[in-house]
Amino acid sequence: MVVADRYEMVCGLEVHVELQTKTKIFCGCTTEFGGEQNTHVCPVCLGMPGTLPVLNREVVNYAIGAGLALNCEIADFSKFDRKNYYYPDLTKNYQTSQFDLPICKNGGLEIEVDGVKKWIGITRAHMEEDAGKLVHSGETITTSDASSVDYNRAGVPLLEIVSEPDLRSIPEVLAYLEQLVQILEYTGVSDCRMEQGSVRFDVNVSLRPIGSATFGTRTETKNLNSFSSVRRCMEYEIARQARVLDEGEEVIQETRTWDEGRGITLALRSKEEAHDYRYFPEPDLVPLVIDRQWVEEIRQTLPELPRERRNRLQELGLSAYDAAVVTQTKAMADYFDQGLAQGAEAKGLANWVMGDLTRLLNSNQCQIADSPVSAQQLVELIKLIDKGTLSGKIAKSVLEEMYASGKDAEQIVKEKGLAQISDEGALLGIIDGVIAANPQSVEDYHAGKERAIGFLVGQIMKATKGQANPGLVNQLLKKKLSD
Amino acid sequence: MAISREDVIYVAGLARLELNEQEIQDYTLQLNSILDYAAMLERLDTDGVVPTAHAVPLHNVLREDEVKPSISHDKTLRNAPDAEEGFFRVPRISLT
Repeated sequence: MVVADRYEMVCGLEVHVELQTKTKIFCGCTTEFGGEQNTHVCPVCLGMPGTLPVLNREVVNYAIGAGLALNCEIADFSKFDRKNYYYPDLTKNYQTSQFDLPICKNGGLEIEVDGVKKWIGITRAHMEEDAGKLVHSGETITTSDASSVDYNRAGVPLLEIVSEPDLRSIPEVLAYLEQLVQILEYTGVSDCRMEQGSVRFDVNVSLRPIGSATFGTRTETKNLNSFSSVRRCMEYEIARQARVLDEGEEVIQETRTWDEGRGITLALRSKEEAHDYRYFPEPDLVPLVIDRQWVEEIRQTLPELPRERRNRLQELGLSAYDAAVVTQTKAMADYFDQGLAQGAEAKGLANWVMGDLTRLLNSNQCQIADSPVSAQQLVELIKLIDKGTLSGKIAKSVLEEMYASGKDAEQIVKEKGLAQISDEGALLGIIDGVIAANPQSVEDYHAGKERAIGFLVGQIMKATKGQANPGLVNQLLKKKLSD
Repeated sequence: MAISREDVIYVAGLARLELNEQEIQDYTLQLNSILDYAAMLERLDTDGVVPTAHAVPLHNVLREDEVKPSISHDKTLRNAPDAEEGFFRVPRISLT
């Protein structure tokens, strides 16, 4: 359904990202993913009476790092609060979170959609604990009168990043999320493994008639865990709200859930009062005071961020597209930088990294950080081409061999005798033979058929198993034919 | 009175408390007298006083990010009203 002719969509996002600490936010239990149910728990994260939480220093470090990377102000004074609600994924009947004094505020990031740049504000980012997981055994979900709870995830540190309602289209939303996740991955605050639920999205969507200055009533769809779910959920929700408005009815402000299987959003059964979280200051945790020195220490540890990297690579001659591809992940960007440090020329290196290397990695389901061909080895291969030792075509098969064996290019070239023939004497002998064997083609060439030379070059390449230096062959052949 | 009967019913609902008529009346009175007492504070001049975030004058009590042993499965589930296959069991939650 096309709604863009009547309504403008307004969207703001809340992104929950699991921080990559070894232990939970308030206790020493491991944050490792996938342990046996209820084995990564202790009296603190189980909410036993009489226990006291103690804040993990690394959570604060990561929150500061993420805040700086997202252009936020870091609060010199911040505190924790209790968010009260009843749901069995919480052990304490409240979630320890931050309410009025979050650690980060007033940030943002720049997105680009169809060549148009736009600043998307980030209202705040705050620290909180994750909840446990409700597990329903599939076949009994409708008939069973009970749910199972695993608290391994309860107390895993989260950073909740809240955007301004600055987003106006699905492509803008996806661009914002891609940028955000990329920045978080670069700064190393999170592994950002969406398939493990390390990043989750709450999407606030409303529509308003085009030209209206006030926002329409919004719905919030919670707990999406992939970009494609966000896109599909928004497409559905925009169409649904447009239908409601077209019929002259009002959108109800409510929390909805996304049904991935059916591709629809559903209203959560919740009374209005469920939103009354009765926040109050957490008496079990003392406030957090962050001085400038602490912030500067964290700033020193931050890597060059994606945008700066892309700009630097474009200055080295890469197109915007190429620069974006080789900086997609920090691992790839680091690999690329290692290649540059070995003296590779940017464009040539980009072609190999984006082309043959990526193809080999993908077909072997290998991450670039685990590439059997190091950046240094790849650059040595490229240098062999530049020197004229290898033809580009043969270099491709050498790379495959390097990938399979881990050997250096030079070694493979030596072992297999793949070096390009650039010896004029040797080539002239072969050229003479080919000319003698193909009088018709020679005649055609002299009669003005330029194409005939291509055939002759092909015959020479064939005779040398592709190892002849093509440039030199062309040059020598033309000279011979004009003699 | 600052706290109405409806407020008490509402807050009791949030706290999952079931109150009878007598209790609603009692708590309405009691909550109001507590708030009236606390209202004395409003007579103080608090201009320029930073809101109190915590009663104890401490800050930055932090621990290092070092894994400590979790507790045994037996201990974890010992006080669970219901458990099965290592999970806590709770009455079925229907979201929608």
